Amino acid sequence: MPANLKRSRRFAFAASALVAVAALSACSSDSATDSDAAADNVKVVGGDASATAADRLNIADQWVKTADAKAGMTAIFGTITNTGDQDVVVESAKTSASDTTELHEMVMKGNEMIMQEKEGGFTVPAGGEHELAPGGDHLMVLNMTEPIEAGDEVTVRLTLGDGSTQEFTALAKETTAGEEKYDTEMDMGDSDEMGEMEDAAK
Amino acid sequence: MSQPPLSRRRLLLGGGATLAGGGLAGAAAGLALSGNDSPAVSQVVEEAKGSENVAFYGVHQPGIEDAAQAHVRFLALDLKPGSDVEHVRRLLRLLTDDAARMMRGEVPLAANDPELPALPSRLTVTFGFGPGLFDAIGRPDDCPDVIRNLPTFATDQLEDRWSGGDLLIQVCSDDAVPLSYALRRLTRDARSLATVRWCQSGFNPARGSEPAGTTHRNLFGQRDGTANPPGATTEFTDTVFSTGPDWLKGGSMLVFRRIRMDLDDWDDLGRPAKEMAMARKMSDGSPVTGGSEQDDPDTAAVDQNGFPIVAQEAHVVQATARVPEERMLRRAFSYDDGPSADGKPDCGLLFAAYQADAAKAFVAVQTRLAEADAMNEWITHIGSATFVVPPGCAEGEFIGQALVG
Ligand code: HEM
Ligand SMILES: [Cu+2]
Repeated sequence: MPANLKRSRRFAFAASALVAVAALSACSSDSATDSDAAADNVKVVGGDASATAADRLNIADQWVKTADAKAGMTAIFGTITNTGDQDVVVESAKTSASDTTELHEMVMKGNEMIMQEKEGGFTVPAGGEHELAPGGDHLMVLNMTEPIEAGDEVTVRLTLGDGSTQEFTALAKETTAGEEKYDTEMDMGDSDEMGEMEDAAK
Repeated sequence: MSQPPLSRRRLLLGGGATLAGGGLAGAAAGLALSGNDSPAVSQVVEEAKGSENVAFYGVHQPGIEDAAQAHVRFLALDLKPGSDVEHVRRLLRLLTDDAARMMRGEVPLAANDPELPALPSRLTVTFGFGPGLFDAIGRPDDCPDVIRNLPTFATDQLEDRWSGGDLLIQVCSDDAVPLSYALRRLTRDARSLATVRWCQSGFNPARGSEPAGTTHRNLFGQRDGTANPPGATTEFTDTVFSTGPDWLKGGSMLVFRRIRMDLDDWDDLGRPAKEMAMARKMSDGSPVTGGSEQDDPDTAAVDQNGFPIVAQEAHVVQATARVPEERMLRRAFSYDDGPSADGKPDCGLLFAAYQADAAKAFVAVQTRLAEADAMNEWITHIGSATFVVPPGCAEGEFIGQALVG
């Protein structure tokens, strides 16, 4: 199934990103010069501070659901807030966990909740927030080849409407949240991540 | 006894708890009186304390300098067999994040029941590392010898079920409900990486039953904690916190002992005998030789027949630090897991001593107590566990990061 969803991506940063972030967070014990250098790097990633959408966007309470490699996919949640006076659109996402991440929403089809790609991305309203939560919108990590285990950190990079990017790490937590709501007998086009995970576990 | 470096008879003011609303005034009940011309009604408004919280991030871990809360659970975990540094790192990352959030009064990540942790009531979560954790991360030699091999004492009757552990989590709160939630969520996040070795619950007098700063009573009825170093002093820092190696700077060592009290015998003991065993009065904890609670007993005082008033075997006489390195913070709680089917009590003390170096403090003092403490008649050490308490951490770090990497 992941093959159906394959897309060409603008950049490949999967495995190396996690290492980069680990180096950043370790810099508290480094010399001041090293820390300064690291801080400069962060700014470069976000672009010009005053001008970009990334500068107005904050992410809080972000986490990723643990998944084994067999499941091959999982979801990332959190609350995105926009402190600016213009809407910000999250257009795409990449993570250190795989080469493919999609922006998903949950919709009612017939009498079933299914998930599908969100047309036009997630819009974070000016001065408002957009919640990614089990049973609702989420970042869908696909094509995973390595498991995500409890306590792992996954680096996520969001690309926004103006081309700027926002990076954060999500902590992996084990939960069955949301799973009870979904039908496990879903066909691939409207795949259901939780149902698929249960199938994979059988 | 006049040893200037040990003078510590100051009022205990408690540690770094933040009063979420109202400042110190909120701790006392506010009295609102009606005006003269309205009906004679008065209203007593007591400020709720549930929202008081303690900061998690900082130089030191919480739950040490903070005045002991009303409830505690000590949870000892064992890492799963085959655990390595990566497993430990994941475990500590999870537990640190949980602790920081719940101490703020928030749910852990992925949880959706904000009502349960909302009123933390000075919730604190404190982590300690046992020898097995040092082994798992491949740094066995960094575990201090006293933590790996605490000496045994002649009076010990230690049971495995109350002893040892790779990782200790001390969870305290003035309210048993947020404490229960915090302990449960921490355990839930730990269980893919560790198993529960033991869990011991304890308590102190209810918050507010006496004015803040009053020394707690234990289940013998004694004021217990009088001689502790007052919080926010250099005496406290010197007594409790380690100065090195780097990864331990600002950390501490914890000796945890489960000490059973023989309460049936104690009940029937005359009050003079009870007071002689401690050299302090049952009523207010003041020395049997006079003075106030904060004074030391006068070991030179004699009665009208010329006999010493203070017995050499009195607990306080034997326990008092003879050199500054012997000082410790006793952050103790009572336990009551009885009665048994035949009506016998199962009570005692969850003795938790924090000190910069347990080899110089606990071991030295307990060596004297095991030999000569009059209290040995009514107490038995039945559990023992020792932990290195890493320093606190900053946001974005996890507890023990400087050691575990
Ligand atoms: C069930 C066991 C114990 C009980 C009921 C108990 C009770 C007390 C009481 C009532 C005091 C006097 C008030 C105070 O300063 O806190 C005291 C003092 C003290 N106890 Fe204990 N204690 C016990 C075990 C221990 C152990 C195992 C140690 C250490 C190895 C210890 C060390 C001390 C020290 C250092 C003092 C202060 C002495 C001073 O400087 O005045 N106690 N204890
Ligand atoms: Cu999805």
